[in-house]
Amino acid sequence: MFLKNYILTVFRSIKSLLKGMKVTGYYFTHPKNILTQEYPDNRATLQMFERFKGEVVMPHNTNNEHRCTGCQACEIACPNGTIKIITKQELTADGKKKKRLDTFVYHHDMCTLCNMCIIACPSDAIVMAQTFEHSVYDKKMLKKILNAPESKLMEGVE
Amino acid sequence: MKSVILYSLSGFSTYIHNLLSSNIGNNLILLITELTIIGITLLISLVLLCFFLGWMERRVAAFMELRLGPNRVGPQGTLQIVADTVKLLFKEGLTPSKSDKFLFNLAPFIVVVAAMMAIAPLAFAKNFSIFDINIGVLYVSSVSSLSVLGVLMAGWSSYNKYSLLGAMRSGAQIVSYELSVGLSLIAIVVLSGNTSLGEIINSQQNGWWIFKGHIPAIIAFVIFIIASTAEINRAPFDLAEADQELTGGFNTEYSGMKFAMFLLAEYINLFVVSAMGATLFLGGWMPFHIGNWESFNQIMDYIPSFVWFMGKTFLIIFIIMWFRWTFPRLRVDQLLKLEWKYLLPISMINIILITLIAIMGWHF
Amino acid sequence: MRGLIEEDYTTKEGEFVINIGPQHPSTHGVLHLKVWLNGETIIKIQPHLGYIHRSIEKMSERLSYRNFIFATSRMDYLAAHINNEACALAVEKGLQIEATPRAKVVRTILSELTRLSSHQLWWASTGLDLGAVTPFFYAFREREAILDIMDETCGARLTQNYMVPGGLMNDIHPNFQKRTKEVLKQIKEKFKEYDDILTGNVIFINRTKGVGYLSKEDALSYGVTGPTARASGLSCDIRKWAPYSAYPSVDFEEILDTEGDSYSRYLIRMKEMKQSVSIIEQLIDNIPEGDFQEKTKNVIKLPKGEFYQRVETPRGELGVYIVSEGMSSPYRIKYRSPNFSNLSVLPTIAKGYKIGDLVAIMATIDLVIPDIDR
Repeated sequence: MFLKNYILTVFRSIKSLLKGMKVTGYYFTHPKNILTQEYPDNRATLQMFERFKGEVVMPHNTNNEHRCTGCQACEIACPNGTIKIITKQELTADGKKKKRLDTFVYHHDMCTLCNMCIIACPSDAIVMAQTFEHSVYDKKMLKKILNAPESKLMEGVE
Repeated sequence: MKSVILYSLSGFSTYIHNLLSSNIGNNLILLITELTIIGITLLISLVLLCFFLGWMERRVAAFMELRLGPNRVGPQGTLQIVADTVKLLFKEGLTPSKSDKFLFNLAPFIVVVAAMMAIAPLAFAKNFSIFDINIGVLYVSSVSSLSVLGVLMAGWSSYNKYSLLGAMRSGAQIVSYELSVGLSLIAIVVLSGNTSLGEIINSQQNGWWIFKGHIPAIIAFVIFIIASTAEINRAPFDLAEADQELTGGFNTEYSGMKFAMFLLAEYINLFVVSAMGATLFLGGWMPFHIGNWESFNQIMDYIPSFVWFMGKTFLIIFIIMWFRWTFPRLRVDQLLKLEWKYLLPISMINIILITLIAIMGWHF
Repeated sequence: MRGLIEEDYTTKEGEFVINIGPQHPSTHGVLHLKVWLNGETIIKIQPHLGYIHRSIEKMSERLSYRNFIFATSRMDYLAAHINNEACALAVEKGLQIEATPRAKVVRTILSELTRLSSHQLWWASTGLDLGAVTPFFYAFREREAILDIMDETCGARLTQNYMVPGGLMNDIHPNFQKRTKEVLKQIKEKFKEYDDILTGNVIFINRTKGVGYLSKEDALSYGVTGPTARASGLSCDIRKWAPYSAYPSVDFEEILDTEGDSYSRYLIRMKEMKQSVSIIEQLIDNIPEGDFQEKTKNVIKLPKGEFYQRVETPRGELGVYIVSEGMSSPYRIKYRSPNFSNLSVLPTIAKGYKIGDLVAIMATIDLVIPDIDR
């Protein structure tokens, strides 16, 4: 009885080990299963999902106009103090003083990409970009100014 | 067997010997010159072999793990390990301040030297071995157990508890697995009636021992593979290193070239045990023959004996690598249980069967 | 700061102290265990915490009820979605609203996908801890596919932040259902492979069977939850005991075992993966149409009071306790994290085993260190 159990144990053990070796052996002989993506060789074809949150950007149209009114909703919505909005007073055509965006400072190094600013924005001025290569040599370079120089508020956005 | 001689390396070595002896009169100087040439050739070829084994291990592991492995430096990544060696050469070789500095620096050399010594009696091709001693089997099994000394030294002198634990595990492990390796080697010694590796290969001219010795020879082969995997400290028996438990075990404190020497020794050991397995069980450089099928045997004879030897050795190396990348690690008490409760009794009974076969002449 | 905990290095004859961590391959992070050993046998363990404390609870006190959710992704980063959901549910409880039916179902699906991916990473790292490197990559293959679903719908792979009080941040992606079904099909095919390479492996069974026995009483008194407690026969699945989101409407089993050793903890998680697949299969074709978000005020203010919501994360019971003073940000937030309680039982159950077993026990308890420290 002892001997029978002993031999059975040996055979069962060897069988279970061979089962595992079969799996690894299968993948060794079938290299088409290899999953490695050879980044950065595949940069040209590498496509992020459309909702991927890479960084906050402010789209401008061809006339160098953006949609940001400088309302600071995103600054309030941000949990980390990533966004700093500096506004200026500007004279409109009919001689009224109006608050306009001067500088949209975005600290990418502090951003957790939580999307709260995007959904807080009432005028859809900022969106998430799908970029993902953000490494720089100096942390200061991650402090970005999102509105292009000399850019204006788009007509009809209040 | 004419064609085999055509491709064997013995002609080459004889040529060099004749060339040297015609130029150097003094026998002692001749001997020293020849030994130096052999030593340098061996060192270079072993380092190259280890480069290849390192590359092979990475690629085998990568393919089993659905990865590509190193493929940037050199064609198919073959030069990656050269780059790694250069990096290790430039790395600072740290010595812990409270360590036993003499033993700490000596240990890697002992490990490497012990590994290299075991190469001597191996027959790489027909009539081509460094030193075909008549007790070859005994020599290899005793020299290869020297490496435990280096491992124990490394662990003890590092002044690190992880290292010490690793070294102690290694001591218990190598000492006990030595028995099974020895017994499975003896199985072939009994069958062939010889301890010289050259003679053992010659006895396999009409068939390899793994086929000639029936099931007991196969059992001996399996035990040999398992036990020698344990003896050279490779996964699933790599308890002395055990990264996940002991963060590197006996070589935790080693860096730079001293660490590289442990790696070198590991690969040389891997090669030695595989070559031993190939020599004893798979007929060394003997080509594969099937009975009296002359045309088939002729074709097999045309393959050089060196290729036969390396092919068999690398087959066993691949199997040992396959183990490593499939199985989880054993625990220290289970390791000893496997040896003393399973491998040793089985190989003891096996030896009796083998002896019976040898005495009755049941083998072919 | 010295002397907060008196450093204890006293040893008896034949014992020595070894520091496992905070930089160690098998502590999965910066856990520091001071281990008293006699040879290879464990005499005593003392966990040291605080290496990754980020004061998430204190930080949340100055954030609004919408904003404090994002930080919980960084607690149990393998189940970020479930943490976020717990916070959203707690705020909803305070507001006395409920998420829309569509949001509820999507939340449940995403929770179960998170559980699957978390268990797959656990399976991968269990193999790795015990020395089998290859299974790691097989599990990551399926996990990668799940993370792609997350990426497509939530916009992030690990720290999704897809939950807002009242529902979801956006509607699900049009590809969501199709992709989920494909992934489920792939995962179901691979379960057999998992069994072949690890579950049935004799070395693995020997390494885990009978190792790290946790009794039901100990599990109860240490507050152990999740699969770790269920392996000891303690029924504690929040999805059954206090169902939330769409769990009342789905049919699933609470996996229980009585062995209480590492192998049974392993088996529980393997079976839970299959349960998760079946839950998702029940829901994926039945996502109700409608709004993805219940309208909430611009500035959420919770009424004065205390609110507690608990959910089942892959590692156990996560509790979110909010004390509100009627302001726009919480007065106090406390997270009852599953890993903290599960770690507290480690010194008890690892005593007397070998140092190699400690690795197996830690692997099967499935600790995530940032969740312990918060």
